[in-house]
Amino acid sequence: MAACSIEDVLAKAEKDEAERLKSITVQKELDLDFDIGNLLAFDKNAINTRGFKQQNKDEFLRSLARDNTQLLINEIWKHPSEKVEEVVVVNLPDPITRLPREKPAPKPRPPTKWEQFAKLKGIQKKKKTNLVWDEVHKEWKRRWGYKRVKDDTKEWLIEVPENADPNEDHFAKKNQAKKERVAKNEFNRLKNIARSQKLKVPGIGLAPTGHQSKAELAKAVSVAKSSTASVGKFQERLPKEKPQRNTGKKRQFQPLIGDFAGEKQKHLEMLKVMDSKRPRLDITKAVNKQMREEDGEASERRRGKKGRRGNVPGKGRRNAPSGKGKGKGKGGPSKGKGRKPAMKQGKR
Amino acid sequence: MAQTGGVVKPKTKRSKRFLQNREPKLTENWKNTMIMKGGNTSETVTHALKDIYALKKPNAVLYKKKNIMRPFEDSTSMEFFSKKSDCSLFLFGSHNKKRPNNLVFGRMFDFHVLDMFELGIEKFTSLIDIKNAKCAEGTKPMLVFAGEQFETDKEYTRLRSVLTDFFRGPCVPAVRLAGLDHVLHFTALDGKIYLRSYRVLLKKSGCRTPRIELEEMGPSLDLVVRRTHLASDDLYRTALRQPKGVKPKKKKNISHDTFGTKYGRLHMQKQDLSKLQTRKMKGLRKRRGEVAMETGKTRSPKRSKTQE
Repeated sequence: MAACSIEDVLAKAEKDEAERLKSITVQKELDLDFDIGNLLAFDKNAINTRGFKQQNKDEFLRSLARDNTQLLINEIWKHPSEKVEEVVVVNLPDPITRLPREKPAPKPRPPTKWEQFAKLKGIQKKKKTNLVWDEVHKEWKRRWGYKRVKDDTKEWLIEVPENADPNEDHFAKKNQAKKERVAKNEFNRLKNIARSQKLKVPGIGLAPTGHQSKAELAKAVSVAKSSTASVGKFQERLPKEKPQRNTGKKRQFQPLIGDFAGEKQKHLEMLKVMDSKRPRLDITKAVNKQMREEDGEASERRRGKKGRRGNVPGKGRRNAPSGKGKGKGKGGPSKGKGRKPAMKQGKR
Repeated sequence: MAQTGGVVKPKTKRSKRFLQNREPKLTENWKNTMIMKGGNTSETVTHALKDIYALKKPNAVLYKKKNIMRPFEDSTSMEFFSKKSDCSLFLFGSHNKKRPNNLVFGRMFDFHVLDMFELGIEKFTSLIDIKNAKCAEGTKPMLVFAGEQFETDKEYTRLRSVLTDFFRGPCVPAVRLAGLDHVLHFTALDGKIYLRSYRVLLKKSGCRTPRIELEEMGPSLDLVVRRTHLASDDLYRTALRQPKGVKPKKKKNISHDTFGTKYGRLHMQKQDLSKLQTRKMKGLRKRRGEVAMETGKTRSPKRSKTQE
């Protein structure tokens, strides 16, 4: 009896187990491809198109998705999990699917000019301690930087060398030298960066930058010539050298005190013009106007001959009187007055 | 940023850090997505873009204004935006008579277009239209692709790769099991691609692994492939190339068996047993005379050998 019951119990347990597994097992012809690192599954099986057409489409897709997701979840649950802060967490393996990168791999920094030189000469870096014992102050100080040992810009007394100028400010000189060293270092740093990025190396002043045109060269010469203490006053000229064009004075002023007679004459002329009642005449403007009218009349005549005479009477009528009127009204006086203001024009 | 002789130099530490973050790295940042619309968009496209933005949210930028461009004709403006916002994935929506309800999924490599797929929306149901509970924002979705076309057709294989890249989200070493509540299911059937988004309900099954029930969450799209732009094999290969430092170097003499037990192999030289320190006892102490005798004894067999 007892043995029989045990067998029964075992069989029942087996049956239960199978039933339980039934709810989470899915039958597929081909196994799915998994990439658990990306939580990704790929079902290669051909989809039953007939079922898709017969059934409600959304229902069909959902049941398909359910099966696939169940398989994916089963696969995920196989991976080791742990408890982190009261939460069950599964550790994912690295993704298998190869996806393209966003940017190309970083390149190593190209060596600086100094590094190149050091490699050529076999100079190796020596490890130095950061702190150095200062004999004067009796304490440990930095080797470099702020509050460094032997800071020559912080001395309160400097011995003037024997052959040096006694009136020179040696404190300022040291500070200046330090500043220049820093500037040079910064410039070298920028040059190294520029070289590494294959840019043009930054230059100073009017250094030749690629191909220069004739005008640019001429300008560079003139700048160089005027860059002396006397602003180029005593600079020698080359034989056959031409003076720089377009670099002279632009405006010329009369001297403040000097030609009184000329000044008086100028002011009187001005008053005469302002006083006269006659309108001033711009002779060039008047001549241009006259010429334009004559041209217009000539073209009108030509057009008239070509046979648009009767067809567009409005146009012809409108143009003809206006042309004539202008010719009579302004053309006449321009001829008469033209001579008198000619003198004025010349003086202006 | 100060420009000194063609060298861009950040002025502040913060901007320096910002630029450093954008530089190419050994292990890269997560890919960001820009979602934008063209000169004309229909309501469908606008809603689709918004819904996909909602799915992608922390790693995406939604451009609010129109950007008149045609990625398939001229991709320069797309490349410009990619550089500006540091996004290597894009989704572009447009609508016109020739190609109504158009979505362009694409990805960039080194700020140049690598792959682009133009997909037309045939049917669209929005996230809002389906009145169901939604998953939390920023959930890493499970992706499932179904249909043999995704393996046989070259274009579809590449599309699978693009969609995986687009929707997979950040790479993480571990996930919360209860947080696996979003599935994106892509089905290729009859020349169409059915994109469905489901919420996962974990039910008790009696054993450790839960039983799954799905509930439609939206958006759901029926898509048709229109124009495609695949990267040349050469470019694709360079994009796939992984730099040397990414994989950890294989350590020698360490192995694991199937149960995960770690084994080490040691190489040792043969131990000189004559110098072995044994237990010290008074009786075993060596004396001067004995040492000479012992050495003489030990050498004797050798000598005999040479004599023979």
